Amino acid sequence: MVLLLIGIGLSLSLGSVSIPIDEVLKILLGVTIENSTWDYIIVNYRLPKTLTALLIGSGLAISGLLMQTLFRNPLAGPYVLGLSSGASLGVAILLMGAGLFSGIFGEFVFSKWSIILAASLGSVLVMLAVLATAQKVKDTMTLLIIGLMVASLTSAVVSVLAYFSNAEELQLYIFWSFGSLGNLAWGEVGLLSFCWLIGLGLALGCLKNLNALLLGENYAKSMGVKLNRNRILIILSTAIFAGSATAFAGPIAFVGLAVPHLVRQLVTSNDHKILLPNIIFGGAFLMVLCDIIAQLPGSDSTLPINAVTSIFGAPVVIWLLVRKRKLKF
Amino acid sequence: MSSKAKFTSSILTANSLSIGYKDKRETIEIASQINFEIQPGELVALIGINGSGKSTLLKTLSGIIPALTGDILIDNASISSLQNKDLASKQSLVLTNEIVSKQLSVFELVALGRHPYTNWLGHLSQKDLNHVDEAIKQVGLLQNQHKTCDALSDGQFQKVLIARALAQNTPLILMDEPTTHLDMYHKAYVLQLLKSIVKRSQKSILYASHEINLALQLCDKIILIDQGKVTYGRPSDLIQKGTFNSLFPKDLIVFDEISQSFRMKISTD
Repeated sequence: MVLLLIGIGLSLSLGSVSIPIDEVLKILLGVTIENSTWDYIIVNYRLPKTLTALLIGSGLAISGLLMQTLFRNPLAGPYVLGLSSGASLGVAILLMGAGLFSGIFGEFVFSKWSIILAASLGSVLVMLAVLATAQKVKDTMTLLIIGLMVASLTSAVVSVLAYFSNAEELQLYIFWSFGSLGNLAWGEVGLLSFCWLIGLGLALGCLKNLNALLLGENYAKSMGVKLNRNRILIILSTAIFAGSATAFAGPIAFVGLAVPHLVRQLVTSNDHKILLPNIIFGGAFLMVLCDIIAQLPGSDSTLPINAVTSIFGAPVVIWLLVRKRKLKF
Repeated sequence: MSSKAKFTSSILTANSLSIGYKDKRETIEIASQINFEIQPGELVALIGINGSGKSTLLKTLSGIIPALTGDILIDNASISSLQNKDLASKQSLVLTNEIVSKQLSVFELVALGRHPYTNWLGHLSQKDLNHVDEAIKQVGLLQNQHKTCDALSDGQFQKVLIARALAQNTPLILMDEPTTHLDMYHKAYVLQLLKSIVKRSQKSILYASHEINLALQLCDKIILIDQGKVTYGRPSDLIQKGTFNSLFPKDLIVFDEISQSFRMKISTD
């Protein structure tokens, strides 16, 4: 918790314009300071970015936990159902297929909102497909495989699109796929928080049943869990978390898969009542930390967030696993 | 109660039940004309050779797959009319082939048995805690209750699963091969434990098993599935009727009526 607060402070303070931490606090507390540029930067740029990092980090981490428990598989993450591939496809069609639409839509194609719209549309479509399958297929493992198939199908289509598109369009798409936390204005942060709250509500609703699922589906059923309804709630929650994260910040890898493992190593309990709050803090903290690193303190340039999460996160997870010698799952 | 369904004291009743698998194209019937009544406080073994349909019957009784025809009554209520949640307060399961997370402590896993009774967050009330405590005591794992399950032996873990079912506090417990992977001593120990549970608490336990010899010595009743036919009765009655003589091909294993157990035929040539 304290670490998280320090992280938030640092991420607000550092950047291409370095602002002293005490000034940051003053601005947050509503005290007017002399340097109004700083005030502007904090309120309109840094604060939304840090909030985005918190929401997306914790959201992806929660959905990673949900998927790992639902599928009883340590390799599952928020994207196993193909949601981010759906979003990628949406954006790819928008950016690289733009030649086809640009006559009609003109400048709109390349605006920020159209990308968010395309990404949401893509992940919503995939989510609906997965939900429809979940109704039909009774076996959860089959659902996992189908999710992976959808993911590879959509990325294949993206490859085809990429092959036929020109360098400029390709670059636009690649930049989107790097992920970015910093492009959101207050309105979008509000929308993201709204999605986050709905996702959290759904996750809380199946918290108790998640514990029952630790014993396998047959046990869960024998203890009165409505398997199908529960599965759909979990998928919906994940889709909302992961879908909104991808729509607003691009496909951010790693956090969703790794944070649940990190937290399990540290809290040594598999009780979701204990795991969930820890994972929210863990995910938020890791994301803010990555955001700080991505700012490359003291320099003008920013690293792509997607690369940072993996470059600095993966060694941490490997180190923890090697040190503890055993995957707690 | 309607006039047709007779009200009995039995906890689990099968009425001309037929079990098997059904899909759009075909129906595979595994056994039919199954009739039995299990009374409170009885330990019943479900016996049959591999592939005879023990698991199918157990799955049907626990509501995991539907019956083809016939009725299953639990506590005088038809199983098909019960919601998952109501069923959970009447029967609990001990399964062997489930992938259970062993990262839970003994206490946490047993406490999951209280799932049907707790609030939406799964908060354990004092009553729940008492049930959990009692269940852990009954299987003799009190000293180990804060250990993680992956630190336990197979035999101990089996006891944890049994304790979880006890904590669910149901009049009926169904078990799928509770003694597999255990050595002879622990097999006997677990079955003795089951016997003491039914005696003390008036719960009924139906368990599927390959341990025919132990079952014959210990159980109140036996359900035998053999080539699609189901026989039900006291071990001594079934032995008298010669039911066991034809269970296995005679070249290797024969039933010895004097010792009331199956014996291996030692070839003397």
